[in-house]
Amino acid sequence: MNPLIPLFVITPLAGAFLIMIIGRFIAEFNKYFTSLVLLFLACISFYFLFTTGEKIFVYKVGGWEPINRVPIGIYMVMDGLTAIVVCIINLIGFLSAVYSISYIKRYTAGNYFYALFCLMIGGMNGVVLSGDLFNIFVFLEISVISSYALVAFGVESNELEASFKYQILGGVASFLILFGIGFIYWKTKTLNIADIKEAFNNGYNKTTYLFIQILLLSGFGLKAAIIPFHAWLPDAHSSAPSPISAMLSGIFIKAVGIYVIIRLFFNMFTTSEEMAILITTLGTLSMVIGVFLAIGQWDIKRLLAYHSISQMGYVVMSVGIGMILIARNTKPEIVSLAIAGGLFHLVNHAAFKGLLFLNAGAIEYTIGTRDLKEMGGLAKVMPVTSATSFIASMSISGIPPFNGFFSKLIIIIAAVMGRFYLLAALAVIVSIITLASFLKFQRYAFFNKPDNDILKDVREVPFPMIFSMVILSIICVLLSLLVIPEVRNAILMPAIEILTDPAKYSTSILVQ
Amino acid sequence: MITYLMCFILFLVGLYGVITRRNLVKIAVSLSIMEISTFLFFALVGYIDGGIAPIVDPADPVKVYVDPLPQALVLTAIVIGLATTAMLMAVIIRLYRKYGTFDIREIKNLRG
Repeated sequence: MNPLIPLFVITPLAGAFLIMIIGRFIAEFNKYFTSLVLLFLACISFYFLFTTGEKIFVYKVGGWEPINRVPIGIYMVMDGLTAIVVCIINLIGFLSAVYSISYIKRYTAGNYFYALFCLMIGGMNGVVLSGDLFNIFVFLEISVISSYALVAFGVESNELEASFKYQILGGVASFLILFGIGFIYWKTKTLNIADIKEAFNNGYNKTTYLFIQILLLSGFGLKAAIIPFHAWLPDAHSSAPSPISAMLSGIFIKAVGIYVIIRLFFNMFTTSEEMAILITTLGTLSMVIGVFLAIGQWDIKRLLAYHSISQMGYVVMSVGIGMILIARNTKPEIVSLAIAGGLFHLVNHAAFKGLLFLNAGAIEYTIGTRDLKEMGGLAKVMPVTSATSFIASMSISGIPPFNGFFSKLIIIIAAVMGRFYLLAALAVIVSIITLASFLKFQRYAFFNKPDNDILKDVREVPFPMIFSMVILSIICVLLSLLVIPEVRNAILMPAIEILTDPAKYSTSILVQ
Repeated sequence: MITYLMCFILFLVGLYGVITRRNLVKIAVSLSIMEISTFLFFALVGYIDGGIAPIVDPADPVKVYVDPLPQALVLTAIVIGLATTAMLMAVIIRLYRKYGTFDIREIKNLRG
């Protein structure tokens, strides 16, 4: 029982409550309080990242101990994979909150913004920490409802339309997930992920099992915007306020989509080859189609949103390759390399895509447009934005020595070693197209000569925005250290072991 | 078994409505139908033939009770569903004020 674990959910929920009450009387309370809450959470998440290691901490809510090894309470689980994801959620959340201090002056109703922001963080932390399937659903709904509201925060026609689309597809996804959970409860009479694994080990009907897998994959795939389910993402992510876009693209689709898919398909279901091939195919499709849809975009945020689909494709493909290799019983080194590549790219994507959306927000903040054709020559007047966005663009297109290069390299090596030559070739080609697309972004936004005199009284953005962007670009560079084997063993290895060992997660939770 | 199948058909009816309707409010109603079918499925999962309400009577321990957990889950899910529907309706009202129509074909700023 580690008493720090529930703080990840309690603090942001209490923060949202306090902001709505105290923020009415004290004008600047909401801004600084949100940043403080998230700084505190980021600190304890780093504490967990460095201390969790091989251990699995379980917190039983309400102190309900299991009876005859049957868990009856709600479990919150902190293991290697959770520690990584919680860490990126709270770190990017903190930087977005600091960034919003200046950015949110464009909108009224700051209290609502920060309260929803805290609720979204609390929901995502809950999804990631929960060891109980229905609790995942509840926290998922908390975070998606607040993200619906945040997407529509501008209440102009585009924002409302995007939010409507997002809500309809998100609603369908929620009910698919709920249906899947109902099926699982029907068949196993339990909702604890570890216990479900044990129950399925005692035998199951193959057709029902497949049906449950498909229901949950399509539900969480809709939340993660994997390609056949991606329609809502470019609209929603480009219409939201920029710090929220950074949160949605940087961490939201990972925490409520990719993370849950990884957790369920490695630790709850027995890996079967046909599901693994399906997941890898979906990942490859997202990777390829996402980047082709991104090429033609002239709106910066839409371009970045399509690239999110494509980069998430890398993660899903790499994890899927790991899953196929587990099902085929090949060498464990290749399996762990493939999963390491996927997780590494997931962390990297949070850093550079968060940074790119903050850059896009900074550009929109100063010159008031998101259309690449209308801007140009910003490198001289906004040196910090230009430099940080250059680092982020090089990271996402996989140029050494930035982090994106190393994660893509690991993914490609793993694909070649696992004899998936086509996938490796596609990964290289997509990376080149990504580079082309970001060179276009750099050239039109920062280096071209502008046609009209939009640069007349443009100045660099205020300090809080610069602070977030600089910190994120430093993180982008520092993350490439994860490629060093010692660092990788300390940070990524515990997560990989949890995923590759099929029995470890369930047995070590049930004995506690 | 037939009741479970009916639940699934109701779910598909809702999905059909979401896909084919053109009116924003009708899409919201179809989404609610999907929601209700899921709740119904949960309630059915917990039902045991001949079971009574799960209030344990120490005098007569052999009684058959229905499973109380799905009922608790459905209550939670209903509250969540209320929040989602309220949010959706709020956005639909705002959309109507902006565009002056409920027709989804008229609301198409975001493309490509």
